[in-house]
Amino acid sequence: MSYLEYHLRSVPGGPRKILYLNWPLVLLLVTVACIGFLMLYSVAGGSMTPWVLPQIKRFALGMAIMFAIALVPIWFWRNTAVLAYAGSVLLLLLVKFVGVTGMGAQRWIDLGFMRLQPSELTKITLVMVLAAYYDWLDLDKTSRPQWVAVPVALILLPTALVITQPDLGTAILLVAGGAIMMFVAGVHWLYFAAVALLSAGAVLAVLYSRGTEWQLLKDYQYRRIDVFLDPTLDPLGAGYNITQAKIALGSGGWSGRGFLQGTQSRLNFVPEKHTDFILTILAEEFGFVGTISLLGLYILILFFCIASALRNPDRFGALLTLGVAASFFLFFAVNMSMVMGLAPVVGVPLPLVSWGGSAMLVLLAAFGLAQSAHVHRPRRMS
Amino acid sequence: MIRTPKDIAASTRMITRRALLLGGAQLALAGILTMRLRFMQIEQAEKFRLLAEENRINIRLIPPARGLIFDRNGIPVAENAQNYRIVMIREDAGDIDTAIARLRQLIELDPDEEARARKELHRRSPFVPVTIAERVSWEDLARVAVNTPALPGIIPEVGLSRHYPLGEDFSHVVGYVGPVSDYDLSRIDDPDPLLQIPRFQIGKLGIEAKLESRLRGSAGTRRIEVNAMGRVMRELERVEGIPGDDLQLTIHAPLQNFVQARMAGESAAAVVMDTGNGDILAIGSTPGFDPNKFVRGISVADYRKLTEDPYRPLADKSVQGTYPPGSTYKMIVALAALEEGLLEPDELIRCNGFITVGRRRFHCWKRGGHGNVDLEKSLQQSCDIYYYTIAERVGIDKITEMARRFGLGEKHALPMSAVAAGLTPTRAWKRARHGASWRVGDTLNAGIGQGYVLASPLQLAVMTARLASGRAIRPRLIRSINGIEQPAPEAPSLGIPEAHLELMRTGMFAVSNTRRGTAYSSRIVDERYRLAGKTGTSQVRSITKAEREAGVVRNEDLPWERRDHALFVAFAPTEAPSIAVSVVVEHGGGGSRAAAPIARDIVLQALHGGLPPLSAYPPGQRRSIEEMRERLSLRDFGTGAGGRIRT
Repeated sequence: MSYLEYHLRSVPGGPRKILYLNWPLVLLLVTVACIGFLMLYSVAGGSMTPWVLPQIKRFALGMAIMFAIALVPIWFWRNTAVLAYAGSVLLLLLVKFVGVTGMGAQRWIDLGFMRLQPSELTKITLVMVLAAYYDWLDLDKTSRPQWVAVPVALILLPTALVITQPDLGTAILLVAGGAIMMFVAGVHWLYFAAVALLSAGAVLAVLYSRGTEWQLLKDYQYRRIDVFLDPTLDPLGAGYNITQAKIALGSGGWSGRGFLQGTQSRLNFVPEKHTDFILTILAEEFGFVGTISLLGLYILILFFCIASALRNPDRFGALLTLGVAASFFLFFAVNMSMVMGLAPVVGVPLPLVSWGGSAMLVLLAAFGLAQSAHVHRPRRMS
Repeated sequence: MIRTPKDIAASTRMITRRALLLGGAQLALAGILTMRLRFMQIEQAEKFRLLAEENRINIRLIPPARGLIFDRNGIPVAENAQNYRIVMIREDAGDIDTAIARLRQLIELDPDEEARARKELHRRSPFVPVTIAERVSWEDLARVAVNTPALPGIIPEVGLSRHYPLGEDFSHVVGYVGPVSDYDLSRIDDPDPLLQIPRFQIGKLGIEAKLESRLRGSAGTRRIEVNAMGRVMRELERVEGIPGDDLQLTIHAPLQNFVQARMAGESAAAVVMDTGNGDILAIGSTPGFDPNKFVRGISVADYRKLTEDPYRPLADKSVQGTYPPGSTYKMIVALAALEEGLLEPDELIRCNGFITVGRRRFHCWKRGGHGNVDLEKSLQQSCDIYYYTIAERVGIDKITEMARRFGLGEKHALPMSAVAAGLTPTRAWKRARHGASWRVGDTLNAGIGQGYVLASPLQLAVMTARLASGRAIRPRLIRSINGIEQPAPEAPSLGIPEAHLELMRTGMFAVSNTRRGTAYSSRIVDERYRLAGKTGTSQVRSITKAEREAGVVRNEDLPWERRDHALFVAFAPTEAPSIAVSVVVEHGGGGSRAAAPIARDIVLQALHGGLPPLSAYPPGQRRSIEEMRERLSLRDFGTGAGGRIRT
């Protein structure tokens, strides 16, 4: 069963579809990507290599993929959602056996021309499968326990695989993204309240048991948690990175030190400055004006996605668009909080700006799905 | 099957409601992020900007140029010479072993230095240059320089390092510098950050050590930008340091060179002073050592050679060595007696070769005795019985008091290491030191400068300068600092009647210029340069009764370390004294034979301003003097550098 009332004739067909794309969104994506190129240029010390040129190529490829996906009718994506999900879970399993180990984690499958990161793929296929699931499920069954258990299982399966890689950042994004999907689909809020209460209770139990007879974790695990929550406890290890990142971010001031003038960046004080901590370079060189502009662009992207979803009577299309938007929000919110010292460092790149192939391609593919939903949304017969 | 319009409407309503909730939550979170950004980038911007500056800017010290040391006429004694060294940067060099092997094909590497360099290369950051060969020759440096393309990470460099161009001549006076050690740091309570620079050189001995604070100067600073690895990116600002003060010594380098050369082969010391202002014109101690070896870091073998030499090259005998002054002390005893009115100059005292005081016999050096002796003869022939007699009359208290007026027993304020105070004994001293009361025999021994009395060559020179001038001349070693003339120390009158002093001078004149004088053989015939002196021979052993009965053993037959010390003090020219000289030859035998000839040569050299014509010497000695001169190895100071001593 489907909620989609396909007035096929109302959907544009052929090359005319291009005109019906969500063009403001495309423009915003390109703008943000350009900011990314600028920052990568600066991080390389004012050079197109080693980052800017490959990043531009990948962005072009990503845009092509986005357009291709956008032009494929949305019902195709609905019908293949389960397959895509199953495929990505299989790839996650595969990465356990033939994956390439890098930076202490097993994340990639080497395809020869590029390295595929199945955990990135999962972020989008999970959204697809959940959207398809809730499209298929009767609305009045949404909050029944047995029908809540299914999406929970769908979320936890890839999460468990990702966590063992180990990739805590992606795992958190999967859980949060999945939960948002369930929330938007209409699962009763009491479930969320219960989970929130239970996790809060568990966290408190773990923390308060420390030093008592019924201590739940080993001492060294507590120390790891301490450092995770407060990196300044380990000033030469994890703490050094976050401290330097904060210095770079804060020292930008109102309007920054100028393009290519950031000393924290130039002199390599900031770690991972081309990937997870690239925001600090923007902050250092363009100041509050720069960071607030980027945040504004991100919020505009969210706005256009949510607006598109609200105008979409197709349940699958709307849920998918909202899911993509939510994931996108989680990406930049987690990254920014982490760089600003509001959240522990979990290794989440800044979307469309950070250096990184898989993340950008998958993100643009996800926007392709949102575009497809936008183009193929049912229109009122006039 | 397609959902009913009712279901679709319900779904849309739900999604809209939840999406708006979600959007609101997202907006709220974005608001928090904005607040946080504003807080960090605007409110705390100053703090973070400061932290960023602290991160990137380092302050490095620039070691100042050490002050130079010159002789009284501007001949450099200690300078900062360019020093070629080869440094290696690990990250550029790649494999250390291959890099060093490649370098070894070009130049020779000192194994100790190499081991130290390897350790340092491993310890330091990869971009820090580490010295692997210091003080390489110009040829070696050039060989490395032309091969630099084939020697990645190996860089020839030029630095400044202390150099003593006059080598051994000034080893004891000027001393040497060396890298600051942990021991130095623990000993010196000095907050100067320069000391923290690895291998920074500080004075270790002599003037270099004593006037360290003046010579060192103060550090300059360099504000540099560094990256996260600590690599220097660029220099932001540079404040040059203040170089150390240049010192000009009172020493006359050619004379100093002559003194050292003349005493070569002996374990000896000599001091030449200006009797007018106390300027030390030469202060020598042989054997010397090459201070440059210490700057470089002396090898264990070389150091052992120095410490095991029985002639003790490392000791500065001129200020540090103390000796019984022997007969050179007799002027003090006579002056004390005259002052107390216990002696008339023409009073005759009979010398039979010995006197008996209590149950002990005190012998004169001349076995048969001198017969009747007056004051002038007592000095001329150095009669011991005469001085036993008057010392007993005067008592130790007055003798010591007189000695102290002549600067004996006093630690003269010279910027040299281990300046000794010597010893002018008192009753209280003996009680404290030996727990015994003073005996009359002690006074008799002191009367001929034996027993407990000890004096350094410097003190003897000061004493002689005071005898010659009648004023409390103080020695001075630093003539000017940075071109600013240092005032000569005040020299008030000694308060000794000129008549008494004149008696001493006459006696001393007789020693060197009359036929029976003990130093007649070391006389000067050129009247312009004639000297008045006093010989001294100090025993380092006591002569046993058995030995005396068996006949006095000649010094030459004794092992070196048991022979007497030879002493001689003199001033010249006799008519208008301008210099005072003291010479001590350790275990040299008699003062007249070992010390007086050296003193004569030094006096002639100083007064003539170079080697005097042979006509200054008695005709019969000219041949042997000429032979002696041929053996002297004197440094060539070039024309115009030597010359007369201007005071």
